[in-house]
Amino acid sequence: MIIRQLSVFLENRAGRLTELTGILADNGINISAFSIADTTDFGVLRVITGNPELAEKVLKERGFAVKITDVIGIVMHNKPGALHHALQILTDNGISIEYMYAFASGDERATAVIRTDTPNKAIEVLQLHEMELLQAGDVYQI
Amino acid sequence: MIWNAHYECMEREELRKLQGESLRTMVERIYGNVPFYRAKLQQAGIEPGDIRTIDDLPKLPFTTKQDLRDNYPFGLFAVPQQDIVRLHASSGTTGKSTVVGYSHNDILMWSEVVARSLTMAGITRDDIVQVAYGYGLFTGGLGVHYGAEKIGASVIPISGGNTRKQLQLLEDFGSTAIACTPSYAAYLGEAIVEEKLDRSKLKLRAGIFGAEPWTEEMRTQIQQLLGLKAYDIYGLSEVIGPGVSMECACQRGMHIFEDHFIPEIIDPETCEVLPYGTLGELVFTNVTKEAMPLMRYRTRDLTRLHADKCDCGRTLVRMEKCVGRSDDMLIIRGVNVFPSQVESVLLEMSETKPHYLLVVDRENNLDTLEIQVEVEEQFFSDEVKELEGLRKRISGNLTSLLGLHANVRLVEPGTIERSMGKAQRVVDKRKLK
Repeated sequence: MIIRQLSVFLENRAGRLTELTGILADNGINISAFSIADTTDFGVLRVITGNPELAEKVLKERGFAVKITDVIGIVMHNKPGALHHALQILTDNGISIEYMYAFASGDERATAVIRTDTPNKAIEVLQLHEMELLQAGDVYQI
Repeated sequence: MIWNAHYECMEREELRKLQGESLRTMVERIYGNVPFYRAKLQQAGIEPGDIRTIDDLPKLPFTTKQDLRDNYPFGLFAVPQQDIVRLHASSGTTGKSTVVGYSHNDILMWSEVVARSLTMAGITRDDIVQVAYGYGLFTGGLGVHYGAEKIGASVIPISGGNTRKQLQLLEDFGSTAIACTPSYAAYLGEAIVEEKLDRSKLKLRAGIFGAEPWTEEMRTQIQQLLGLKAYDIYGLSEVIGPGVSMECACQRGMHIFEDHFIPEIIDPETCEVLPYGTLGELVFTNVTKEAMPLMRYRTRDLTRLHADKCDCGRTLVRMEKCVGRSDDMLIIRGVNVFPSQVESVLLEMSETKPHYLLVVDRENNLDTLEIQVEVEEQFFSDEVKELEGLRKRISGNLTSLLGLHANVRLVEPGTIERSMGKAQRVVDKRKLK
């Protein structure tokens, strides 16, 4: 249930992100989802890929500061209120979210990637409410 | 261990007598052989006969780096070219390079002071010394080389750079001592960690580090990374090269070999001689150098001298680690800033390493200071608030130490240039405008 997300430190420098995507492309690593948190001077890129270990290795070899972070992915119906329902469950159980990003795949489904300090507890309560969670093996198919 | 107890433990009164005699003959030599000095002395109204004892030293005029440049290349030599057996030159980053010459006796004297220095670090003929200072025009490599050979140690003249080879020889040859710049020592230490080498296979026990300013925190870091005791050596090519002064095992400052190099501390503004214990600019007169004696040479290095007897038994004056060079000192919004201060802040913080760059600029007639610091892999958090927190902590610590607001910019690891020789720590864009 836990998805291994790749986090990369990026300086705000022209072409730096392109260098990174080039390295992933050259190594045949598909990006399933990503987001960038940015400040004036730097950004943190968060990427979900099918092969985080390989991505970590090739990026480290090229001098990037890389870290694997555990996140969870909630799969929802792509319709009004679905995200609210999921978040309400977390809130009701006292689980706070460090950051999140979401994406829709097709018309039917949407996925919210969530980073919390207590991923295992989050999984437990979400499953209790019969929410569908993204499996590591599913990542390629997003 | 003391290499030459006669000179290193001489009673101070006796030493002063010796210095006076050496000074008298030196002034006679330069007056007779170097037109530049003769003119300078005549201008100051001084005849060689006026200099009789060491107390007469303050009567003499100073020599500066500019004088060396003006007399480029051989204008300050006090012996005929046939008697010069070696030439070295500075890198000349701030102008024309400065050239220094050595006679045969100068090379012997240099070997002697380096032998004394290495002995302070406990090096004997049983040691294998890896000399990773650059060989060439820079005095570091050959200077340490000759001193180590004089002791009878086995010398590996590997020179600087080629990190992989350095590590291989440390392991295969079992080097027990290494001499290089402190920044390169730290770099080697990191390389050992990165290459996952088994440090227990290394036999290093002493490091002789100098040629650039470094801090106590950096000493601790290098000692941990390389598993050795790190000693500070000081020197400058104008005076002789490495071996002007060196730390003994007590590590309470560097003993200056005063029978050859007479130190003074002066106020850099008024040029007045200051008493022991006072911070000021270090001045040297290398009284025994034949090829190129310098009369009261202003080093631009800022430090203090201490004359109380050291526990090691040596009577030689000790100089503190230089606070900085008056050249390196940046004046930012009227505040004196030394790159070494930034380094000590970063080393004190457990989350940072001393890879940094000071960028000074001027915006709307106001000086700005940006300090670039690399994000270390192990402290990288993917949460922006953590990174911002780290940035603010560094900035806060720097601001309180420097007394000046410093804007910290986090940069990717490995992006600040690593130096094999002297590290480039400052970019002052104000000078470019």
